[in-house]
Amino acid sequence: MCVITDSGQTVVDAGSTVAPAVELRGITKRYPGVVANRDVTFSVARGTVHAIVGENGAGKSTLMKILYGVQRADEGTIIVDGAEVSLHSPSDAIEVGIGMVFQHFMLADNLTVLENVVLGAEKRHGIGDRARAEIKRISGEYNLGVRPDDLVADLGVGRRQRVEILKVLYRGATILILDEPTAVLVPQEVDELFDNLRELKSEGLTVIFISHKLDEVLSVADTITVIRRGTTVSTVDPKSVTSRQLAELMVGSELPSPSTEESTVTDRPILTITDLSLAGADGPDILNDINVTIHAGEVLGIAGVEGNGQAELVEAIMGMRDPSSGRILLEDKDISDWHTREIREAGVGYIPEDRQRHALLLDAPLWENAMLGHQTQVPNVKGVWVDAAGAKADTERILAEYDVRTPSIHVTANSLSGGNQQKLIVGREMSHTPRVLVATHPTRGVDVGAQAAIWDQIKKARREGLGVLLISADLDELIGLSDTIRVILRGQLSGEFDPDVVTAEDLGAAMTGAS
Amino acid sequence: MNATNLRKLGLALAAPALAILVAFMVTSVVLLLAGDPVVEVWTQLLTVPRPRLVVAIINGATVYYLSAIAVAIGFRMNLFNIGVDGQYRVAAFAAAVFAGQGWLPGPLNIFVSLLIAVVVGGLWAGLAGWLKVSRGVSEVISTIMLNAIATGLVSYLLFKVADSTVGSNVTNTKTIPVSSQVPGFSLIPGTPNKVYGFILLSMLIGVGYWVVLNKTRFGFDLRATGRSETAAVASGVNVKRMVMTAMLLSGAVAGLVGMPLLFGQDFSYGTTFQPGLGFAGIAIALLGRNHPAGIALGALLWSYLEQQSNGLQINVGVSSELVFIIQGVIVLAVVIAYEVVRRAGLRMEQRNVARQLSDQPGSPAPEGALV
Repeated sequence: MCVITDSGQTVVDAGSTVAPAVELRGITKRYPGVVANRDVTFSVARGTVHAIVGENGAGKSTLMKILYGVQRADEGTIIVDGAEVSLHSPSDAIEVGIGMVFQHFMLADNLTVLENVVLGAEKRHGIGDRARAEIKRISGEYNLGVRPDDLVADLGVGRRQRVEILKVLYRGATILILDEPTAVLVPQEVDELFDNLRELKSEGLTVIFISHKLDEVLSVADTITVIRRGTTVSTVDPKSVTSRQLAELMVGSELPSPSTEESTVTDRPILTITDLSLAGADGPDILNDINVTIHAGEVLGIAGVEGNGQAELVEAIMGMRDPSSGRILLEDKDISDWHTREIREAGVGYIPEDRQRHALLLDAPLWENAMLGHQTQVPNVKGVWVDAAGAKADTERILAEYDVRTPSIHVTANSLSGGNQQKLIVGREMSHTPRVLVATHPTRGVDVGAQAAIWDQIKKARREGLGVLLISADLDELIGLSDTIRVILRGQLSGEFDPDVVTAEDLGAAMTGAS
Repeated sequence: MNATNLRKLGLALAAPALAILVAFMVTSVVLLLAGDPVVEVWTQLLTVPRPRLVVAIINGATVYYLSAIAVAIGFRMNLFNIGVDGQYRVAAFAAAVFAGQGWLPGPLNIFVSLLIAVVVGGLWAGLAGWLKVSRGVSEVISTIMLNAIATGLVSYLLFKVADSTVGSNVTNTKTIPVSSQVPGFSLIPGTPNKVYGFILLSMLIGVGYWVVLNKTRFGFDLRATGRSETAAVASGVNVKRMVMTAMLLSGAVAGLVGMPLLFGQDFSYGTTFQPGLGFAGIAIALLGRNHPAGIALGALLWSYLEQQSNGLQINVGVSSELVFIIQGVIVLAVVIAYEVVRRAGLRMEQRNVARQLSDQPGSPAPEGALV
């Protein structure tokens, strides 16, 4: 903003005539069948902390990879300091002053700080005393407290993170991207990190801060951009929003039309989880005294920000992870110690969160994929033999019933779009008359039509007495499908919410612990 | 669809053809640089082999085939059994010691000896499997170590049990009784040399490999684990048990590798027993892409190159080790070529699927902004 003073002098309000540090215009990135980013547009002012918030899977990490040159956008432009740049690799990004601190540190434990910092940047200040002096200078200037001759193995998590930050500064970055930097820190370390970020900012550096922890974002950011379903929803000033409003922006606030379905919930418990706990590697429990009962004909929805124990809960139920304590009953049979195969054969269907990693053999033909998870059940096998004819016929039926668009059952799963892959998985899991369905994000990455079809299938099976554990980041889906909603936060389940009366605000508050 | 399949088959065959061509060119360059006669070398290598050599080629391939199938069993689930070399040594030694005693009559002696070879080979590989599932030791490291141990152990034991004939300086186990020697087939006219009778064993193993992998539930689980361990776990495969079983099976087949030699040619295990069969198996399994027919072609090619190279030193004055360069380049090139072809095939299929779907009436709505 320019202000003309009485004397006619032009006083420049700091920051306004300077080009933004980074500007993204219309960034679009497609993968086969899926758009990870669509028309992402925002700009980051120099000398600020700019937060990017959004659910996991909203497209934040793809966006950051594009900005750091790891991947290329299909469309759109990146402008750094007023000049359009084309980033083919991380070294291009560093060239224009963009550095990235990854969530998982990339440090060699058995080397010193100095050695880690100069590794790959030997040309800047050598590897000896000049480099040591430069590290000391940077550490002092930004108050990082990093000593060049410490062995990295001896450093705590917070200090390692500061080494990572220093590594990026050493390479001349003026724009720092921090990917979920607080995920690994304890609260005191978070405060220290935020002090460091303010220090960096005051020295004129720019920080792009990726997170889904709303309270943290509100306390440290100067500007917040919200990403949902791959696109920028809004850019807001943290002083003018509450954490609840931000949660609504993140998950979508439009409530679906109230479900007109009659309740099909029976009083017959079909999956009962009592006092289930799972100890963390070193730290707080990942799951803490989970108690849930799902009845026949009931959809129990679990809302929560990702990383609060949902994945582990699902894996414990499916027998892929051994809980430290607690019992899981399928009807009246204790399945706590059963192997995954026995659990699946007993009638637990499973729609995993990451379909490419956990639900598909990407290089295998569709009909083999339709067997996966049911390779011990008819019509896929006869005794010890694979019944290829039976499996193929059943695959054709799944394709028709679930509207999987493919020219043939012989093409590989890899050649289908994400939506069609997901329809195949849903069809396969529903085809073996499950009594319980454990579904994580069953419609993620699926187009609107397929989404409605999958919802209808779940509703239909529910009428026939299926019990469903539904984990979703999509509040519309949770509210529209569930008979009961509970929220998971730091491994603990909240009380029950009634989907007919709950608001996205209530859930958002419970999900972030912001209430 | 058929056109697509044909094109896919064409791509699959293009890769090894390309690799052989690259090997041809690289070897020629090496010969030129070394000042060796390029044309004469290729004439020697590409001349039609005499009947005696044809038999030797088939016999060599019979042995290589078993070795490559043993390796391929591991490859199909991303297990790198580098230890076939050690496994076949200990197994052949154990079988030779037993068979040489002649405790059992003719064919029964053969049968029990084969069983011993299978069990010993399986157990030797099973050590690596057990280390992997119980202690997380990479099977690459442990099988390499076990190779070294196998060599030492067999040399040590061989000295103890050696058939010490006065005046002889060879160290062998007792010779297998004639009644337990496997007769060969006179398949190739024009030579008295015979093809190993155990060529039937190789064929049987090849068919068994194909049936178990492609037609059984167990094979499905094994292939699923190789394609995606995470998806296999979620589908209910007990991956630890699978690793153990695959290592045992791989070692069991490895145990058979030395059998055609033992019962068809050497009739005892000694210091001159053919070494290095396990490593050739790795290369041939790669070249044959773990496919039973592909491996057969690979084994024949390997054996052909080796037999044809024997004349190089005498006829052309070029070291027959030249053939190692050819073999090495073929493997290197074929690995690259397969990956290139795999990617091209995937792109082609995705394009085809997209095109065929957009041709269909009521084509799907374009995918929205997702994930």
